[in-house]
Amino acid sequence: MYKGRGTLNVGHDNSCLNNMKELLKLEGIKKYFSAKGDNILRAVDNVSFSVKEGEGFGLVGESGCGKSTLARLILKLIPPTEGKIFFDDLDIVEAHGETLSKIRKGLQIIFQDPFASLNPRKRIVDAIGEALIVNKIVPKREVKDRIIELLKKVGLNGDTLYKYPHELSGGQRQRVCIARALSVNPRLIVADEPLSALDVSIQAQIINLLEDLQIDSNLSYLLISHNLQVIEHFSDTVAVMYLGRIVELSPTEDLFAEPLHPYTEALLSAVPVPEVDKRKKRIVLEGDVPSPLHIPSGCPFHPRCFKRFKPCEGEVPALKEVKRNRWVSCHLYA
Amino acid sequence: MKLSKIIWKRFRKNKISLASALFVVILFVIALGAPFLSPYDPSEIDVSNILSPPDKAHPLGTDELGRDVLSRMIWGSRISLSVGFVAVGIAILIGIIVGSLSGYYGGWLDTVLMRFVDIMLTFPTLFLILAVVAIVGPSIFLIMLIIGLTGWMDVARLVRAEFLTLKERDFVWAAKAIGIKDIRVIFSHILPNALAPVFVAATLGVAGAILIESGLSFLGLGVQPPTPSWGNILTAGKDNIEIAWWLSVFPGLAILFTVLSYNLVGEGLRDAMDPRLWGGTEE
Repeated sequence: MYKGRGTLNVGHDNSCLNNMKELLKLEGIKKYFSAKGDNILRAVDNVSFSVKEGEGFGLVGESGCGKSTLARLILKLIPPTEGKIFFDDLDIVEAHGETLSKIRKGLQIIFQDPFASLNPRKRIVDAIGEALIVNKIVPKREVKDRIIELLKKVGLNGDTLYKYPHELSGGQRQRVCIARALSVNPRLIVADEPLSALDVSIQAQIINLLEDLQIDSNLSYLLISHNLQVIEHFSDTVAVMYLGRIVELSPTEDLFAEPLHPYTEALLSAVPVPEVDKRKKRIVLEGDVPSPLHIPSGCPFHPRCFKRFKPCEGEVPALKEVKRNRWVSCHLYA
Repeated sequence: MKLSKIIWKRFRKNKISLASALFVVILFVIALGAPFLSPYDPSEIDVSNILSPPDKAHPLGTDELGRDVLSRMIWGSRISLSVGFVAVGIAILIGIIVGSLSGYYGGWLDTVLMRFVDIMLTFPTLFLILAVVAIVGPSIFLIMLIIGLTGWMDVARLVRAEFLTLKERDFVWAAKAIGIKDIRVIFSHILPNALAPVFVAATLGVAGAILIESGLSFLGLGVQPPTPSWGNILTAGKDNIEIAWWLSVFPGLAILFTVLSYNLVGEGLRDAMDPRLWGGTEE
């Protein structure tokens, strides 16, 4: 459904990306929450990856696998239990004062639910204006012009300026959220399921908008989604998450052409194919995703894996580069 | 459309609350216009006219010193309203600060503040006031202060509860992500969304404070004669209840309707301000 406009990957294929600077870098990030009793909820466990300048990075996984927690960690909205995050070589975890405000300007987020991510008591002009003023992006007297410019950029007209969020539709609100994120001229936008709360027709509009913005402003995206079609269309690199870990990390084309991890294989087999005669065999996984409170021993995926064998129960497989640029955490490739 | 307009539109639909609000407004006008509205000087003694029943000259009768009850009640409304508002103002201010910090920061601060709230709740307000009055002597300002200082706990708990849910909302995360400082997130982003129950608690609190003041004045520990207050008019009424019903009935009704009105306004506000009832795109 998103295929009408040519793919984003045109112009910067992977070989080109390899020379680009790493904009965001996660090193061994862990986030544990203490739950009832002495239980520990391992929401994010030992995640490392990097997003390069101008890249679209897709993060895919089922609900509850730690994607949104990861987004909040990157934005320094919650502190990690362990690990380091760098944005443009600045340490996010330790950042405060000037450095933090520099990072905040470079790194923005768009949330899933546009109904929840705008303050119901602030007019659009105040919501965006505040971002401009607090970060001293433009002088005070230019704030209004700048807001109109931003709204135009995301396809909204000046009428929106003095409206409250409840007067706007879901798509309009998501555009406002994007305008607010853009107001500080970020270099990387973390988009946490930006489409899943929207109608299908609106989804296409928003994704086209995000694409246009990427080309216009050389934005990088970290797109978090459970929608594989969106990820395939939108990103240059994909990371597949399962129970707080990355199980496969690979250039998008390669991953969709030849998934290596059994979990990725199962996910891809669930994507509906638009051609009638081309039937794929659907891999149905046994059981449900285990609770992150009781992560299975060894490979976390092994109780549901259709390719499991002896070593899977024993130890956690490390994320290793098994082919060029293709990282998998699975004993099959040990 | 502005939010205040929406709230007003919804509030207007509730006729009983609207009538109560009108009554409250009239009370305000009466209190402010006391010098012009009262037919007599409230302390003017007229020994030839002691305990005269309501008639043309004195619509609500006279008291045991021949003073005009209507004039005394008009002046007394100033006491009731100022006690209500000052006491509740103090209570809300403290309650909002404690509740916001507790709910927003959580952790040990929350534990300490909430245990403090528990301790404060064990003080019986009335007896605390009685004790302080016994030591310092009766003073209306002291009473306002004590009612305020002992009445903020409900507000603190309400605000804290609102903060606990609001601080996890995406718009708060978004505000933080865009670089807005904690103090601004608390007071500009979260607090305005947490105020609906506070307004309700405040109007109910005004009613409660008026009751406490009337009670104290009735006992002779509040407003001291000759300054009139509804409570100390009632005291005179108690002494003469068998021969001068008007001395008890009119201030009693004034207290009853005032307290009732504040409660009804509070309830009307609660319904009108609940954003969950606004729906998506109300005209």
